[in-house]
Amino acid sequence: MPTTRIVVPAKAKKGDVIEIKALISHVMETGFRHDNFGKLIPRDIITGFTCSYAGEEVFRMDLFTGVAANPFVGFTTIAIETGDLLFEWTDQHGRVTRAQARIEVT
Amino acid sequence: MQKSLLAQADTISRRLLLAGGVGVLVLAFSGSSSEATPDSLAEAMADALGKDASIKQGRVKVVLPELAENGNSVPLRISVESPMTTSDHVKTIYVFSEQNPIANVVRFHVGPRSGVARVQTSIRLAATQRITVIAQMSDGSFWSGGANVVVTQAACFDGT
Repeated sequence: MPTTRIVVPAKAKKGDVIEIKALISHVMETGFRHDNFGKLIPRDIITGFTCSYAGEEVFRMDLFTGVAANPFVGFTTIAIETGDLLFEWTDQHGRVTRAQARIEVT
Repeated sequence: MQKSLLAQADTISRRLLLAGGVGVLVLAFSGSSSEATPDSLAEAMADALGKDASIKQGRVKVVLPELAENGNSVPLRISVESPMTTSDHVKTIYVFSEQNPIANVVRFHVGPRSGVARVQTSIRLAATQRITVIAQMSDGSFWSGGANVVVTQAACFDGT
């Protein structure tokens, strides 16, 4: 199971633009490298990331082999209501890793 | 008489030569000022944006280190000038590489609920190159920006 790290402000004023950072541990193997025996190491990458908040997808990212290992992303959203932000990473095999973070909006 | 004709011919050829030289200079200049777009990059851009996409320069700010010591993880920051309202916002931000084995590097989908169009991530760079970022707006227009980065140790895309 990959581990995830999320940074979301605990509190925000309604209407504020908040900064979100998300990271997942993953090799992001490009499929262009060879092992010590000259065998091609198969590609293994995260291909998608989404963030949903207040009932709607607010951010989406498509990843290719050019994204560094342990993919990190920083983006923004507007604080609308108190609730959970849901994060989803999908790898090339369709496996999904989920995480969430709560924000209190005043 | 003959001599002056010769002299005239000489000056003409010299003028021609000069004009030609200037022409070559102008060509070389325009060639270097326009961005290099190798075939794979042009293909990837046509696939992602459509063949006839007219891309304007501006509104996109790309921040990359001028010198990346390790191409395996290079911080990339992008911001796009946009009011980010329901009627006028950035839809997608495309990041293209001209030297990586795959020209598509990453894409960000944002919208009015983003508040501002500002994203960051870490990318791999196979060589010293220019990174091109294109933003698609809600009205369908494309805006472009980029940054040059010198890579001293390339990301290990091959078997080394």
